[in-house]
Amino acid sequence: MKTAMDVLSPEPRLARPAPFDVQRIREDFPILRQKVHGKPLVYLDNANTTQKPQAVLDALSHYYTTDNSNIHRSTHLLSERATEGYETARVKVQHFLNAASSAEIIFTRNATEGINLVASSYGRRHVQKGDEIVISAMEHHANIVPWQILCEEKGALLRVIPISDAGELFLEKYEQLLSPRTKFVSIVQMSNSLGTINPVRDMIAKAHARGIPVLVDGAQAAYHTRVDVQQMDCDFYVFSGHKLYGPTGIGVLYGKKQHLDAMPPYQGGGDMIRSVTFEKTTYNSLPHKFEAGTPHIAGAIGLGAAIDYLQGLGMERVAAHEQELLAYATAALAEIPGLRLIGTAEAKASILSFVLEGMHPHDIGTVLDQEGIAIRTGQHCTQPVMDRYGVPATARASLALYNTKEEIDALVKGIHIVQEVLG
Amino acid sequence: MSDLRELYQDLIKDHSKKPRNFRVLEGDARRVEGYNPLCGDRFTIYLDMDGGVVKDVAFQGTGCAISTASASMMTQCLKGKTRAEAEQLFQKFHHLLTGETSEAEEMELGKLAVFSGVRKFPVRVKCATLAWHTLRAALEGAEKTISTE
Repeated sequence: MKTAMDVLSPEPRLARPAPFDVQRIREDFPILRQKVHGKPLVYLDNANTTQKPQAVLDALSHYYTTDNSNIHRSTHLLSERATEGYETARVKVQHFLNAASSAEIIFTRNATEGINLVASSYGRRHVQKGDEIVISAMEHHANIVPWQILCEEKGALLRVIPISDAGELFLEKYEQLLSPRTKFVSIVQMSNSLGTINPVRDMIAKAHARGIPVLVDGAQAAYHTRVDVQQMDCDFYVFSGHKLYGPTGIGVLYGKKQHLDAMPPYQGGGDMIRSVTFEKTTYNSLPHKFEAGTPHIAGAIGLGAAIDYLQGLGMERVAAHEQELLAYATAALAEIPGLRLIGTAEAKASILSFVLEGMHPHDIGTVLDQEGIAIRTGQHCTQPVMDRYGVPATARASLALYNTKEEIDALVKGIHIVQEVLG
Repeated sequence: MSDLRELYQDLIKDHSKKPRNFRVLEGDARRVEGYNPLCGDRFTIYLDMDGGVVKDVAFQGTGCAISTASASMMTQCLKGKTRAEAEQLFQKFHHLLTGETSEAEEMELGKLAVFSGVRKFPVRVKCATLAWHTLRAALEGAEKTISTE
């Protein structure tokens, strides 16, 4: 059968991208080969952390085996190689986010530290008594607590954009919340407990029209969708390496240069200074001003390898595979009697939060684990979301690029076993 | 019996679905809240002491099957016990969950021995003990929130 491409293309057919061969891709992830409680591992706890491809493991091993030394300090060859590896990783992150300059990429421990850095450095300087900070009702605790700490210190107010039953932000309420008192907006791009993808670009434009800067928490979004910080026009963007198939302990803060330049340092120490005397210290230029002390060099290099791996597969293809899987899983779960999905936004990705009538998520998790199926149960660091939907906790299956329809079938079968054991 | 069937025995399921002494104690009863922030389990234990003896004990709240059944069955076996006896019972119960129990101890636990399946699931020990930790705070006379994390 001919496709439109065959008919319309006047030129010899170009090589098409290879189909997304998930079974082949799974071979890149050695951890997935194991059995758990005698059953093949079905790993559906990806929103918590993702598994690592061999390329990332190799990059870590290679660094510690051949290049390990401290960066930006010594004149010897190993230090040169370590510095180059670390700074190359920064450039990879810059391209991954489409940032204008690598000086705008700050390595942190994780997304949480990125938010704390901005709340502490930018927030303390710009937020005063009576000012307001706007967040949403679907934020992770990491995008609530740093702002609460700041508000408490300054006598400022935290304002919260409410969410609908489906898990979508009320955007007209958001606009009403923006006022001359609003000094900052910090919103999640994709909810970790509902899966909702928020229209951050529009929301940023609305804030900018009033001169308000915006931080976007990309911890969940960055490994599911292509991110372009310049097109989005966010002032700050944060994500964690370990959710992006990279190592734990490494994360990224992107900030527009004019903000980062004007901000005071977050932590003091080595590498972040230009000169130190007991009378006066001058600070290093970006991005080093915000990277005090020896950083997670191996982690940054591992994150660089994860980005290479993801870009090799193609973010669009990864997203398409995951969307197909989400649609398949949503339809399959909808047929289970007594199951209620929490989070049914029109624009969503990867997350299937659910409750089963008469059964507590914690018990669901235990039974599924015996079937080799790893999910997360609890509040997912979003207690206000649980309160909003009147549930003490949810069970959450979350998808990644290596998951398959067979694994969704295993989940459905597992839920039937849950109902049999606990019913 | 599979590990799962041993964990979710009929008696446990029955208590989790129809918890006993699931009510508020009014008056002078001590009131202590137990909370597990990781799973969201939250119970309030009400304890009415007469001298050094448990006169009545009840609870309210939400939790998983294990924590709810444990709270329910705990309230059934405490009436008339002194503080020291209640403490001893907790120690025996804890030994049962961590697999350090002797056969004699298991006999003394009576119906509570149904929780022996928990020992195969170490992460669930805190579910089975949430109500008990809360009770201990109540026995000490505290009015506070205790946490298992």
